[in-house]
Amino acid sequence: MTADVEAAQATPSLEVRGLHKSFGTVEVLKGVDLTVAHREMVFVLGPSGSGKSTMLRCCNRLEEPDSGLILLEGDPVTGKGVNLNAIRQRIGMVFQAFNLYPHLNARKNVTLALRKVRGMSRDEADARAMEALTRVGLADKSENHPSELSGGQQQRVAIARALALEPQVMLFDEPTSALDPELVGDVLAVMREVKAAGMTMLVVSHEMKFAREAADRVIFMDQGRIVEQGPPERIFGAPEHDRTRAFLSRVTGD
Amino acid sequence: MTQWERFLDTFFNAAVLAKYTPAILQGVWVTVWLSVLIVLAGIGLGVALAVIRSFGWRLASFAIVVFADVMRAVPPLVLILIVFFGLPNAGIFLSSFFVLFVVLALVLAAFAEEIVWAGITSVDKGQWEAARSTGLGFGQSLAFVVLPQALRMGIPPLTNRAIAITKMTALGTVIGVPDILNQATTAQSFSGNASPLMLAAVVYVALFLPLVILSRWLENRFAWRKA
Amino acid sequence: MDRIIQQFFNVEIMIAAWPMLLDGLGVTLLLCLAVIPLGLAGGLLAALGSLARSRWVRLPTIFFVDFFRAVPPLVLLIFIYAGLPFAGLRISPFTAVVIGFFLNNSAYYGEIFRAGIQSVGFGQTEAARSTGLTATQTLAHVVLPQAVRNVLPDLLSNTIEVVKLTSLASVVSLGELLHAADMARSVTYNASPIVLAALVYLILLWPFVRLVSRFGRGLGA
Ligand SMILES: Nc1ncnc2c1ncn2[C@@H]1O[C@H](COP(=O)(O)OP(=O)(O)OP(=O)(O)O)[C@@H](O)[C@H]1O
Ligand SMILES: [Mg+2]
Repeated sequence: MTADVEAAQATPSLEVRGLHKSFGTVEVLKGVDLTVAHREMVFVLGPSGSGKSTMLRCCNRLEEPDSGLILLEGDPVTGKGVNLNAIRQRIGMVFQAFNLYPHLNARKNVTLALRKVRGMSRDEADARAMEALTRVGLADKSENHPSELSGGQQQRVAIARALALEPQVMLFDEPTSALDPELVGDVLAVMREVKAAGMTMLVVSHEMKFAREAADRVIFMDQGRIVEQGPPERIFGAPEHDRTRAFLSRVTGD
Repeated sequence: MTQWERFLDTFFNAAVLAKYTPAILQGVWVTVWLSVLIVLAGIGLGVALAVIRSFGWRLASFAIVVFADVMRAVPPLVLILIVFFGLPNAGIFLSSFFVLFVVLALVLAAFAEEIVWAGITSVDKGQWEAARSTGLGFGQSLAFVVLPQALRMGIPPLTNRAIAITKMTALGTVIGVPDILNQATTAQSFSGNASPLMLAAVVYVALFLPLVILSRWLENRFAWRKA
Repeated sequence: MDRIIQQFFNVEIMIAAWPMLLDGLGVTLLLCLAVIPLGLAGGLLAALGSLARSRWVRLPTIFFVDFFRAVPPLVLLIFIYAGLPFAGLRISPFTAVVIGFFLNNSAYYGEIFRAGIQSVGFGQTEAARSTGLTATQTLAHVVLPQAVRNVLPDLLSNTIEVVKLTSLASVVSLGELLHAADMARSVTYNASPIVLAALVYLILLWPFVRLVSRFGRGLGA
């Protein structure tokens, strides 16, 4: 291995340091530190209101952090003079409510940013979109509008929309909580495929079984702080903190 | 005279204002009175027409639709001129005040009918079924269950439309109704000064701005949730 | 009865007045062509202004909108046409009408666009921004297309009102359709030319009026 490659691998894919965020007088993030390595899938758990979404949304600055440092592949995401739109293409995001554009069909949902942000030609963008839609198993739905798709299909289009930009990290905010139970599996299967292809992923989700099987690391957040983290076997098997234990027994129901 | 003094003299001339304010206040009386009559008659007639239409009598419904379409497609000023200049030659004499009242009330009725009818048709079918299932008749279901919901839905657009049409009382100027604008333009040509027009504009804003703000408030209050 | 037909539906007079009315119709259409795009553009600006984050932009814009919704268009028109010359500004009737309509229409279209933009969920903006689209691109490609679609009936119905309002230009002697018809009336002492003008407006606008009613049926659903 050359020194260059080693250095690149030593740099985490995503690095968050001392992240603080308040809404009005309520401090929602009280200093979050987090690194995500290349190809790693990190799962974030925690009770409602613990700041999971806020942390995730700070990572691409949909929410503006009050203080702290965020680095993507060593490049600053926070701070003045950052080209936000350039950095955002490198960070894919998948929302709980899908947020597909209802006036555009599946293919155009994917090509919009390719054309307008990447400046691709129509043919190039279409080809890329079809590739992404094929990956999520929806090549045959490319001309359908969101209203003609099931929730699970819509979420897979949303994943394709993010994937097509070839991001270095993908953020998932409860991607399956708006879905009927029988549709959850398709979305998780796609996420598994995305991970297998080498994507770095930061996932907020309550799918414990999926976390146990697929996650490389699990983080437990409470009241704006990371309480503990570790491999899924340890967090689920032998949590160190009372709060983690309480939370897990509540959600798994034993 | 400096520029500023000339401006004040032209648009805010105290002597001119003092002289013509009484006339303009008389115009306010005419405008307000006319507006109240138009709103009452127009909305009353509009609701009545929508109710008649809901009974589904073919001929009546057709006539109502034609009436509503014509009144909404032809500019009110055109209607006013037809009635005002046409009828006397046909041997019918009406005051300009009455002509303006009738035309604008009919125009408002046409819009109100459409708004209320749209409300009636958009009330969920389950409401009719629930009402009928408890033994209410068609008329009772309409009166006590469907119409109240339709009217509530119609409040913001009815308010907006009523404001737009009462503002059109200014059109009465053209046929000599002594409303605010008419008094002001007369005063302007007598005095050779723009202050009466300025006063008229101020009076209109004072009259209608509260209503516009009310309509904004109503719109938020009754905002229709879109999916 | 005969007298009424003579007075309102005199075909000979209508035929004689037709060329005049046709000229007037040309002016009306020209006026619409100037006034509708200007109003839409002004309305869009007004909508963006009234949704701006800075109160220094938002509050004045909302005041502008409410002010011009409160002033009757005819008052505005006469104020501009008859009042401004006192201030040493000489303007043609056409310019006066265009300015007056621009102010009035911007306010009305502005309220419609604002409602449309507000009807688009914020998730749309977030999704677009998360893919790297700029604020302007997000507005142009994601928010506005949905906003316009959501308020299309209102835009259409307001545009009908704008076309009808152009008849007010006759009061300041702009030779549009109604003015032409009124000239013909004053020459013939007969209301038929104005009835003919009414028919022209009816033919021009009736399809759109029907369309608005059709949209209305889905109201609140
Ligand atoms: N835009 C906002 N304005 C004010 N308060 C907010 C805003 N967004 C989030 N909050 C508050 O911040 C806290 C953390 O919210 P966040 O959405 O990050 O929690 P979460 O861990 O994602 O919860 P959930 O599991 O319910 O999604 C909550 O108390 C929430 O009410
Ligand atoms: Mg959340």
